[in-house]
Amino acid sequence: MDTVALTNDFTAQAAGEPHIARACGLLKRYDGETVVDHIDLEVRPGECFGLLGPNGAGKTTTLRMMLGLTPPDGGTLHVLGEPIPARAREARLRLGIVPQFDNLDPDFTVRENLTTYAGYFGLKGAARRQRVDELMAFANLGQRENLGIEALSGGMKRRLTLARALINHPELVVLDEPTTGLDPQARHHIWQCLRGLKQQGTTLILTTHYMEEAERLCDRLAIMDRGRIVAQESPQALIAQHIDPHVLEINGNAAMRWLDGQADDLPARAHRVGDMALLYCHEAAPVLERLERAGLRYLHRPANLEDVFMKLTGHELRD
Amino acid sequence: MTTSLIPQLSLRFIPVWRRNLLVWRKIMVPSILGNFGEPVLYLLAFGYGFGQLVGDLGDLPYMVFLASGIICSSAMYTASFEGMYSAYTRMSEQKTWDGLLGAPLNLDDIVLGEIIWAATKALMSAAAILVVATLLGLVSDPRALLALPVILLAGFTFAACAMIVTALSRSYDFFLYYFTLAITPMLLLSGVFFPLEQLPDMIVILAHLLPLVHVVEVVRPLMIGEWPTHVLLHLGVVAAYGGGALSLSTWLLRRRLMC
Repeated sequence: MDTVALTNDFTAQAAGEPHIARACGLLKRYDGETVVDHIDLEVRPGECFGLLGPNGAGKTTTLRMMLGLTPPDGGTLHVLGEPIPARAREARLRLGIVPQFDNLDPDFTVRENLTTYAGYFGLKGAARRQRVDELMAFANLGQRENLGIEALSGGMKRRLTLARALINHPELVVLDEPTTGLDPQARHHIWQCLRGLKQQGTTLILTTHYMEEAERLCDRLAIMDRGRIVAQESPQALIAQHIDPHVLEINGNAAMRWLDGQADDLPARAHRVGDMALLYCHEAAPVLERLERAGLRYLHRPANLEDVFMKLTGHELRD
Repeated sequence: MTTSLIPQLSLRFIPVWRRNLLVWRKIMVPSILGNFGEPVLYLLAFGYGFGQLVGDLGDLPYMVFLASGIICSSAMYTASFEGMYSAYTRMSEQKTWDGLLGAPLNLDDIVLGEIIWAATKALMSAAAILVVATLLGLVSDPRALLALPVILLAGFTFAACAMIVTALSRSYDFFLYYFTLAITPMLLLSGVFFPLEQLPDMIVILAHLLPLVHVVEVVRPLMIGEWPTHVLLHLGVVAAYGGGALSLSTWLLRRRLMC
């Protein structure tokens, strides 16, 4: 008995800070190709954790492994204290999922979608009715409750999918590209919902390739590229660590000729992409002066997450 | 998890089964009408049309012989259709299974739920035929009721076999192979429309390697007020097919979906 208690204590200490999800050396291969390459990540209680990366970086595969829908080929994984995939079903009892592509049940109406889903979690009778009423209000689909799913717009479907994910009062909500394909109004509405959830203490894990979404919502981010995590920090820390604070964007043939003509003493790091260039600098004034003197048009803006992302993952197209 | 050949059996199949029942309730009226209408048509058209030519089989009117066969073949067709077209639609086109996997359900629960649901539909269709056959005066012995649990088992087996095909299928077209290569030969070689003894010995032996003939050999005596023989052997073959197909289909679907 004592030995067991001691071992447990030891494990808890070794784990350090409390975490909602933790992956160590997580590995996934498909047909000999490594899709997720020994990644380590940790999600802390109450935070919004973002998983960023170009298409094919391994974000969705990582999420699927965390949900127990894809068995890892190596490493260890715990979500809500449950070992995954061994006890993934038990973990799913306490979390909510918003998948990349809506999988609402087309055989049911809006309201029935929530009612039947509540049934899968064992909710019954009055408690179920009350929860469904709450979520109908949350999704703001009151007048449409008896319509079929096909009658809903993309934004409405997302709202319903998010509402469905909350049916069990989850401690953790996992969202795979929650706002892809939505119009700006619908996106803002989803962001508002997610901020509301965070305020209630719900932990969020989301993947996105919208940098502004990550910058707005996420407390910490992991940037993934080719199956590896290339950085894991808060958005502000990532920007401060990886990039100079000022960015000057120039484009056109004249600007490129000017850039070629600059000696090595240009107090900026230049990054060329086709006929445009990004000048990253610690102080803008000296560079601005040179640009003004050359009579070039430019755009001066603060460095953002997209700059970090492009620096870390490269500028070439990914398919 | 993916590697075990033994499916996890759990009562968690019930929410999946209930989901399909709730959807079925929406189209209950046409569905029930179909359940009754089809056997009536078959029995009247074949029974009267064909029966006039055939006359009696021993002391058994052809209509009675046919009714006790059709109840079996209809269970096979109902369960196979549900296990292929409907289950495939829910798995692949509608992504209903993906939604279920977001809930605290395992793929094994979903597969078992789908198979038991398809068996339930087979049972409903068989019950309708039993009612029609009784009304037409083709069934008079209460032993006929015992055919229903046998039909439920048969429905399970044919649904589980269909689920293997679903697991391997990339489109609806694939199901035609299974119908042409498995279901139709089984229908013709299992004593549904005519006594199997009419055929060469070799074919009779081959037919006994397939499940449908064993269902017929238990159900037909019960329908005509006799006790079947070799019940355990017959039901054992059907159950073995069912258990084997459940394991194989679950394993194949895990490989397909949980990868």
